[in-house]
Order: sequence, then structure tokens, then C-alpha cells
Amino acid sequence: MVPLAHYLVLSAILFVLGAAGFIFRRNIITVFMCIELMLNAVNLAFMAFSRFLGNLDGQLFVFFVIVVAAAEAAVGLAIIIMVYRNRESLNIEDLDSMKL
Amino acid sequence: MELWLLLMLLPPVAGAVLNGVFGRRFSQGVVSWVGCGAAGLSALFALLSAWTYSDAAGEPVPFIHSYFTWIESGGLRADYAVYYDRLTLVMTVTVTVVSFLIHLYSRGYMEHEGGYYRFFSYLNLFLFMMLTLVTAANYPLMFVGWEGVGLCSYLLIGFYFRKKSAADAGKKAFVVTRIGDAGFTVGVALLFWTCGSLDFREVFGRIGALHSGELEGTLTAVGILLFMGAVGKSAQLPLYVWLPDAMEGPTPVSALIHAATMVTAGVYMVARSSVLYAHAPRALEVVGIVGCLTAFFAATIALAQNDLKRLLAYSTISQLGYMFVACGVGVFAAGIFHLMTHACFKSLLFLAAGSVMHAMRGELDMRKMGGLRTKLKITHATFLVATLAISGVPMFSGFFSKDEILAGAYEGPLGRPWLYWLATLTAGLTAFYMFRAVAMTFWGNSRIDPERERHVHESGSKMTIPLIVLAFFSVVAGYVSWPKAWGGSEGFDHYLAPVFGPSEEALRFAAAHHAEGIGRGALMGWAVLAALIGILIVVWLYRKSPEIPEKLAERFARIYRVLINKYYVDEFYNWLVVQPIRAGSEKLLWQRMDARAIDGLMVNGTGQATARVGNLLRRIQSGNLRSYAAWILLGAVLWLGYVLWPQ
Repeated sequence: MVPLAHYLVLSAILFVLGAAGFIFRRNIITVFMCIELMLNAVNLAFMAFSRFLGNLDGQLFVFFVIVVAAAEAAVGLAIIIMVYRNRESLNIEDLDSMKL
Repeated sequence: MELWLLLMLLPPVAGAVLNGVFGRRFSQGVVSWVGCGAAGLSALFALLSAWTYSDAAGEPVPFIHSYFTWIESGGLRADYAVYYDRLTLVMTVTVTVVSFLIHLYSRGYMEHEGGYYRFFSYLNLFLFMMLTLVTAANYPLMFVGWEGVGLCSYLLIGFYFRKKSAADAGKKAFVVTRIGDAGFTVGVALLFWTCGSLDFREVFGRIGALHSGELEGTLTAVGILLFMGAVGKSAQLPLYVWLPDAMEGPTPVSALIHAATMVTAGVYMVARSSVLYAHAPRALEVVGIVGCLTAFFAATIALAQNDLKRLLAYSTISQLGYMFVACGVGVFAAGIFHLMTHACFKSLLFLAAGSVMHAMRGELDMRKMGGLRTKLKITHATFLVATLAISGVPMFSGFFSKDEILAGAYEGPLGRPWLYWLATLTAGLTAFYMFRAVAMTFWGNSRIDPERERHVHESGSKMTIPLIVLAFFSVVAGYVSWPKAWGGSEGFDHYLAPVFGPSEEALRFAAAHHAEGIGRGALMGWAVLAALIGILIVVWLYRKSPEIPEKLAERFARIYRVLINKYYVDEFYNWLVVQPIRAGSEKLLWQRMDARAIDGLMVNGTGQATARVGNLLRRIQSGNLRSYAAWILLGAVLWLGYVLWPQ
């Protein structure tokens, strides 16, 4: 059996990578991919716990997360397309019209 | 009986309200009818109450009637109730009759002054408050009257409120008497704590049943505290300074409030509380000593006064001192007797002075008068009668009352020889300064400014009739009590024996010493002699050799200056109390606390702090997406940490 700790560490690393990318990457689509990465890291953790605790609740919750991630991706991509049509750019630093 | 008393109390307050609210639309005639009518009705019912009470059979017991419950809280119960005994009778009759005469006089005096309706409204209100004071059956109600007359005094002294000196004088009167009132309030509180009640019947009953010496310490404290109130209200040392300034008010006010009635409230209060003081002889000694010193002190100041009304003011302070001497040595009846006679002749003196002022178009400096006796015949005659009365010349009322006081000072329960001698000396001074006033104002050659001299005329009958009536009383009021030295029975003392008897007994019992050695005749004689000497000196100085007063003033220049500057007491108080409070208020309270701390720190500071914090927090809203992302992450991490922290 692969020990639980391995799964959790993997999940953590994935999450941190996703978070770092979320902050530091410039391309909006890349940022979105990092968000998905964070969500999936969490999914992994839930599955691991579910397996090791013998409880199906974790897997059930994964379903919810996946659904939400999908919906959010759909909406987010729609917004990105609109932004691109107005700004001609996918650089996050160019979206600064809220600045003082 | 309770109906008559109610009818005595109602007209003044009704008149005050009527004139106060509607007076502006009334003609002067209507206003004076309402005002004088109220005073007149009050006097009528006072006499009716007196008659009814005296008519009752058997031992004169106090008539007590409660109209309604006013305060009922915790252990304290104070009703709107009247306590009517012979002392109340004397007070109500004196107050209402004198007040009525002064109301009549004011019709003439205030005719050409503005605010006619306001004057009568205040005057009526004052009468109501004073009657409340003297008929009250418990200390709280008495205090209502006490404060009420203080209020009316303030309103009336500052009647010409557009004149700064008048407004200041009203303020001074109220503030100074407040100091006394503070002591009074503490005394009343202490009394309640000791006796569990503030109703006269209950308190006096409880105290009267005490054994000699029991609770003496507490009662002494109460006595002294209550006396503090009297010191303020009745202008004794050291709280007398408001009374001379109070002369800024119209002269009828000076006559009524600052001669006959309000200032006597302190004396009445002490007399009413005689049972209490009987069980606290040491407090009574304080009363007597303060009274005697005040009498002497004020008389010395009066010696050098040139302002007629101020001179009369100091004279009032001095005579009030006499009344406190009487209470202080244990002859309360004599004090009330003098209160009664003094009300007659002092108000007469003030009203006559008002008549002089009227003739002299407002001039009060006696150095600018003289020779008025030919032009102001009635005023001169009545003024002279009052002067004879106040000087204690035999057969005038003041003589009889002063004699009883002086006798008590020497041989009363708490009497001491030195009190008698100082009081007698003061009597001589009194005669001197009063006759000096007469001489400077009415006798001799005229020093009047020729411009004014043309308008000098005797006052109309509206003013002179009250003068004549009061002059009549100033003579006969003394006859109710014929001195023992002449074979009489001192009826007044007798008459008030049901009120003061037990207290005087208790004092005699507690008194350790007994002064013998001088008979009543001699005691009387010294006083008369002192008065005669005073009069003769005046005649010598001011009639025969008019240059001597000036030479004396030069020789004793320093003493003269001290006297004419009233011992610099006002200046001293100014330095001691007024300036520190002023400076403290300005520098500390106003600038530091109000402007800096409250306005600056709390009000503006809060605004500025909010703005600064806002500025700081605003930086999060940078418009930069990346920083938003970072903040979200940071928030999530912190929250997670908090939740997972091992607790």
C-alpha cells in the first residue's frame, strides 16, 4: 500500500504550485489553469482520505468540487473571451482600469 | 383654618402668573390692581388666619395640615403641609402687611420705569415663596421657599438687566447665597440621617425627647450647617457681600426683600429650629458670636458710607446680626420681636430713601444732598421716625426690641457680658451713622446740584401714604412688649412662650454660668446712653461744626480709607475665589480641556484617525488583480492556520 502521507504530500505540493502560479503568472489562462490545479490537489487529498478511512463521504465531496470547478471554468472562460475582445491582451497586468 | 391659609397662599402665585403671562397686554392700572390686590388679599387672609387661630380655645398648639403628598420616597415623606403656630402668625402677618404696603408704594415708584408688569409679577412670586417658607411644615418645603425667594431676589436685583452692574449684582447674590445653601442642604441631609424624618413635628418631637447631651455632637453639626444657610441668606459674616451690591435693584425691592423679609428668613429658620439648637448649645454660641461680630463689623462700615442705600444695606446686615445674637443667647422671642420692628422701620427707611431718590432724579450720594427737609416734609418726618426707632430711642419700637436683645445678651441662658458690651457699642454706632445720614440728607444747607434742585418735589400720595402707615407702626409696634425694667411683663416673650418655652428651658438647664450684677434698668440705661451719645456727636459734627468730619477723615486717613473701602473684603474675595476660578476656567477648563482635549482630541481626532486608517486600508483596493490574488491567498492561509492551531 502507498502510505497516506505520500498522497497528502503530493496534494500539498500540487496545491502550493497552483497557488504560486496563481499569484505569479501573467497570462490569465495560465492563472485559470493554476486554479484548476489547486482544486484538483484538494480532490486528491479528499480521495486519499476517503480510501484510507473507508468512508465514501470524501468521494462524494469530490463530485461536488468537480462540478463547481467545471461551472466556474465555463463562466471564467466566457469572461476572459469578453475581456480579450475589449483589451486585445491576455496579460493580467493590463487589466488595471480599477486602479486609482 | 386650612382654607384661610390656602387663600393666603393662592393670590400671590395667581397674581404672579397672571401678570407674568398676560401683563404685557394689561394697562398699568390693571397690573397694579392684580399685583396689589393679590398682596392685599394675602394680607387679609393672613389676618383672618391669625384671628381664627387665636380664637381657638385651650393651649395654643401648632396647627398642622397637609394639603397633598409631595415627596414619598424611601424613608422620606414631605407633604405640602403648613405648620401654623404663634411664630408663624407673627411672621405671616408681618410679611403680608409690609409686603402689601410696599406693593402700594411701588405703584407710584415704578410708574415711569419700564417693565411694570414684570416687576409686580416678580414681587407677587416673591411673596408666595416667602409665605411658603414661613408656613412650611417640613425642611424640604421650607427649602423650596428658601430657594424661591433667592430666585426672586436674583430676578429683582437684576431687574434693570441691561445695566451690567445690576446683572452682576443679581448673579453675585445668587452665587454667594448658594454657598450657604450648600451647607444648609448637607445639614438637612444629616438631620434626616439622624432623625429619619424632616417633618417639623416628628423631628422636634424626637429631639425634644432626647436627654440632655444625647446626640449633641451630631446636632451641633446640623445646627452649624443649617446656620451656614442662614449666614448666606441673611447676609452675615462672611457671606454678607451680596447685600450692598443688591442695592442695584429698585428701591421697593431693597425695602421688601433685603430689609423686611427675605433676609430675615435665616433668623426665622434658626428660631423655628430652636428645639434643635436647644440640644446643641455650642452651635448656638456660634450663631450668637457670628451675629454680634457681624453687627459690629457692618456698623463700622456704615460709618463712612456716602451712598444712602448702601448705608442702609450695611445697617440691615448689622440689625440682622442683632437678631442672631438674640437667638444665639437663647432669647428667641426677642429676636423675632426685633425682626418684626425692624421690618417696619427698615422698610420705611428704604421707601423714604426711594422717595429721596425720586426727588433727586436718582442721585444717592449724600454728599450731594442737604436741606431736603423743607422740600420733602413727609419723607423727612417719616425717615426721622424710622431713624429714632432704629437708634433705640425710648418710646419708639426699636428701643423695646433692642432692649430685650441686649438684656438677653447679658443675662440670657447663653449670654455673656462681652456680647452685651459689643452690642451696646454697636447701638451707639447705629445711632451715629443713622443720624449722620439724616443730617447729610435733610438738614443743613443744600449741597444739591442747582440743576437737580429745580425738580426736587415731594412724592405723590401713592408713595407717601405707605410711608406714613409704616411710620405709625415703627412707633407703636414696640408697645406690645413693655420692658420688665419698667414694671412690664414683656408680653412678646410671653406670647411666644408656647413656641420657644421648652427650648429656652433646655438651654437654661444646660447653661453653666449665670451673670448677675447688673440690673435690667442699668442694662437698658447703657444702651440709651450709647444712642444719645451717638446722636449728640452727629449734631455736634454735622450741625455745629461741619468742618470737623473732614479734619477727622484727614487725621485718621488710613482708618477712614479702610472703612470707606469696606475693609477691602470684596477685593479679598475677588483675589481668593473669583480670580482663581476665572483663571482655572479659562486656562484649564476652557483651553486645555474643552478646546484641546474634547474638541481637538476626541472630536477632530476621531475624524482624523478614521481618515488615516481609511487611507491605510484603501491601499488594498489597488486595482491590481495580482495583489488581490495575493491577499486572498494570504487570508485563506491565516484563517486555516487559526482553525488548525492546536488548542
